[in-house]
Amino acid sequence: MAALENFVGIWIGKFVRDFTGKIHSINQRYATPKIKLSGGAKLALLLLEIYLIVLVGLLGYRFWTIVRGGA
Amino acid sequence: MDLFSRLYFNYSKLIKTIKIYLLLAGPGLIVMIADNDAGGITTYAATGAKYGYSLIWFLVLLGPVAYFVQEMTVRLGAITKHGHAEAIFSAFGPFWGWFSLLDLTLVNWLTIITEFIGMTAALSIFGIPPVITVLVVILVMFGIVLSGRYWTWEKITMAFCLVNLIYIPAAFLVHPSVGDVLRFGLVPNFPGGFNGTLFFFMMANIGTTIAPWMIFFQQSAVVDKQMKEKDIPWGKFDTIVGALFTIIVAVFVIIVTGTLLYGMNIESAAQAIHVIMGTHQYVGTLVAIGLFDAGFLGAICIALTSSWAFGEVFGWAHSLNYKVKEAFWFYIFFFLGLITAGAVVLIPGAPLVLITLFVQVVAVTLLPAALVFLIILLNNEEIMGKYKNTLFENIANIMIVVFIIVLSTLYGLSTVFPNLFG
Repeated sequence: MAALENFVGIWIGKFVRDFTGKIHSINQRYATPKIKLSGGAKLALLLLEIYLIVLVGLLGYRFWTIVRGGA
Repeated sequence: MDLFSRLYFNYSKLIKTIKIYLLLAGPGLIVMIADNDAGGITTYAATGAKYGYSLIWFLVLLGPVAYFVQEMTVRLGAITKHGHAEAIFSAFGPFWGWFSLLDLTLVNWLTIITEFIGMTAALSIFGIPPVITVLVVILVMFGIVLSGRYWTWEKITMAFCLVNLIYIPAAFLVHPSVGDVLRFGLVPNFPGGFNGTLFFFMMANIGTTIAPWMIFFQQSAVVDKQMKEKDIPWGKFDTIVGALFTIIVAVFVIIVTGTLLYGMNIESAAQAIHVIMGTHQYVGTLVAIGLFDAGFLGAICIALTSSWAFGEVFGWAHSLNYKVKEAFWFYIFFFLGLITAGAVVLIPGAPLVLITLFVQVVAVTLLPAALVFLIILLNNEEIMGKYKNTLFENIANIMIVVFIIVLSTLYGLSTVFPNLFG
């Protein structure tokens, strides 16, 4: 049983190491965006960021009111 | 003789054109018809029951909207040879890349649960227990996907798309008044005035017509099908045909429920089937088969969308043209998505209604981003060359994208804040 636990522990450890390594390599591979963004595109991305922040804020607020027993 | 020669020449040309189309047809047709998934059929059924034929005109208008958005994925896929997830990572960096990939995976998984809810509800009409439905569906999907060829998967899936047309005979069986359908359905009107409830239904119909997974699916399918620049016109035509089919199916669902259930508040397609079964057994049976097929098509396409996206980003072999041992993680991801989603439906007391609502909420965080990325990429000359958006395409697409973003956001918010529109 101990041997099995040890084996599973090693396997999970290796999986997590491989996975984080893979994520790191993906982040490095795409670190520099491959296209040059125009002014309009940059503005669209900025508006998108603001939109998502407001939206997530609203959803978070709603979740908070539900958790506190609100309507 | 000259006339016959000309007729024969035109006939041969037509047959040749149809053959080429059938060879290249697939991504556009499948994505559009699979868009009429279990959630979509439920929305159309509820719309027909609530407003009769009155909103048919609105669905007809959504056809071109869906075409304009999806057509961009054909060009992007054929030119870049990359799926949408990889294109986002490559063009906008890891932040937007991970945001899109993880959001897509979550919303897809939740949507697959709703597909299983639809399929189990449809087959329960025939006395088939949910556990059998889930197991058999997953096994059949395994069989289709493990064929080892994109072409085989595509053609089998297209056969399932044909079953989606089952609502057409169902509509004829309920003997609707053609005059009423034309009079009330095709003339733009707002039944009962433009109020909160009507607005909610209109938003729900838009939400089912354009979903985030569709953008990722069609682009990846175009790449997996190995479509080239010269195939773009056919890809566009395929998308037009698909858009036409999706609207036809939606309209006929509305005709069925608008005729049989007018004035009722329908909350699920299963509820609609139960009521229809009480009066028109054959129609109820057809509608149940259609709902099952819709859920099946949705589940197989959406699960594949996530696998393609992860495969592209993680660098796994990610094509249906590979055998299991060649693209192990691609298939594992596909099956895990299906098995876990199917298992959720079988959990006693699982919050399935909450999950269904949650899909809309998560979708509004992804859809605007995916659409904005699409427009930016399609305007980049470095990537698209001569296939970049024209001025007309930009005007049409930007208007459509703004329209979809505003309405889908309001729809998502109205599911979280139910009193938003009174």
